[in-house]
Amino acid sequence: MPTTSVNWAVRVWAVVRKDLTTEFRTRYAFNAVVMFAVVTLTMISLSLGLNEPSKPVLASLFWVVFFFAAMSGLAQVFVREEEAGTAPILKLSSSGSVIFFGKMLFNLLLLTILAVVIIPLFIVFFETAPANWPLFLVGLLSALIGLAGSTTIIAAIISKATVKGALFTVLSFPALMPLLVAAVEITSVSFVGGGFEEILAPLQLLVAFDVVMITLSVMLFDFVWRL
Amino acid sequence: MLKLDVNNLGKRFGARAVFEDISFSLECGQSLAVTGPNGSGKSTLLRLITGLLVPSSGKVNFTENKKKLDFDQYRKRLAIVAPYLSLYSSLTAAENLKFFAEVDGRRVERNDIDNLLAEVGLDGRADDFVSAYSSGMLQRLKYAVALLKNPDILIVDEPTVNLDENGKGIVRDIISARRKNAIVIIATNEKEDYPLADNICQLGGQGMGGR
Repeated sequence: MPTTSVNWAVRVWAVVRKDLTTEFRTRYAFNAVVMFAVVTLTMISLSLGLNEPSKPVLASLFWVVFFFAAMSGLAQVFVREEEAGTAPILKLSSSGSVIFFGKMLFNLLLLTILAVVIIPLFIVFFETAPANWPLFLVGLLSALIGLAGSTTIIAAIISKATVKGALFTVLSFPALMPLLVAAVEITSVSFVGGGFEEILAPLQLLVAFDVVMITLSVMLFDFVWRL
Repeated sequence: MLKLDVNNLGKRFGARAVFEDISFSLECGQSLAVTGPNGSGKSTLLRLITGLLVPSSGKVNFTENKKKLDFDQYRKRLAIVAPYLSLYSSLTAAENLKFFAEVDGRRVERNDIDNLLAEVGLDGRADDFVSAYSSGMLQRLKYAVALLKNPDILIVDEPTVNLDENGKGIVRDIISARRKNAIVIIATNEKEDYPLADNICQLGGQGMGGR
């Protein structure tokens, strides 16, 4: 059959497009992630009542909701492949780096959608918005990249396990601890209207975390994926 | 010249040995039928050869002009059709074929996809969702996915399972055509499939013999 070759980016995009199409038709991860976020935000808002939490507490609550909502859906990228029996043919169809970055980009898109849903709801429920939006968005973007990279390799690991659901959160929490601490700190500063000089240390930590986790994940992925 | 060497291959699941000490070599243009009773390890042997399973002992090596190929080099030239492999049920047949071509680094046009589907007897079904396919149609689609690669190594587990007489004829023609230029290994207990291979490897204690 006459064919022309395509470059690495097109191959990665093929994985993203396939996962987006599948997600759009089944709403497998999207519904779980968004419903978890909405329910949790509503519950926290109702339980707080008329009490007005401090800005650092609100920043922590934002990331607690975000983290657990993400945990409810991000593992699906690999769990679905294993459970549907499509993993073996995918292993024989492409290199590990293409699969990893395709799945990571899909998770990043899912997290971005989650952020778009959570942020307005958070502003409405808690009547608070970041006083410094650029700073908030820089912190959010750095955290999302690290979150997508880390959870993609962890999802690949737990997809081989029998007890998948609980294991994903249990493994992710310690691995993501530095990321969450830095993200909470940046969000807290953005809520009180601080400047960039106040977030330099946590931002450096976040960027370093992103680089180290994604590099390690790429190096380990072939071994994990071919198990 | 592409060559497959299987040396003293063995696989255990826990304490149970599925098989031990299997050795054979195949070159392009040679084919092998693996037979044996249920549980004798036919599918396990095929999975070990493809690299989807890790052997407990022995080695599987693909070489070209005496240079060893790593997994990423030989997987590009290898295609497998097996009942335990699934395709994406929420995608159409055409979307599946386009995905498997692109993710492997090739771009296919719509008329190539239509021609490929016609070759396996699925003309006019390109835009049907795979979830709506019967088991026989799914088996035909798996052959279309395998043929996308124009493979130098074709591995087929139960080649004619779920197929009607017309489907069996198509599949046997595909395998016969591939045998001339590729390494072909089939796992089967159907005597009608034996002529598709030059040699037969009987698992379950009967050894290997030429046919």
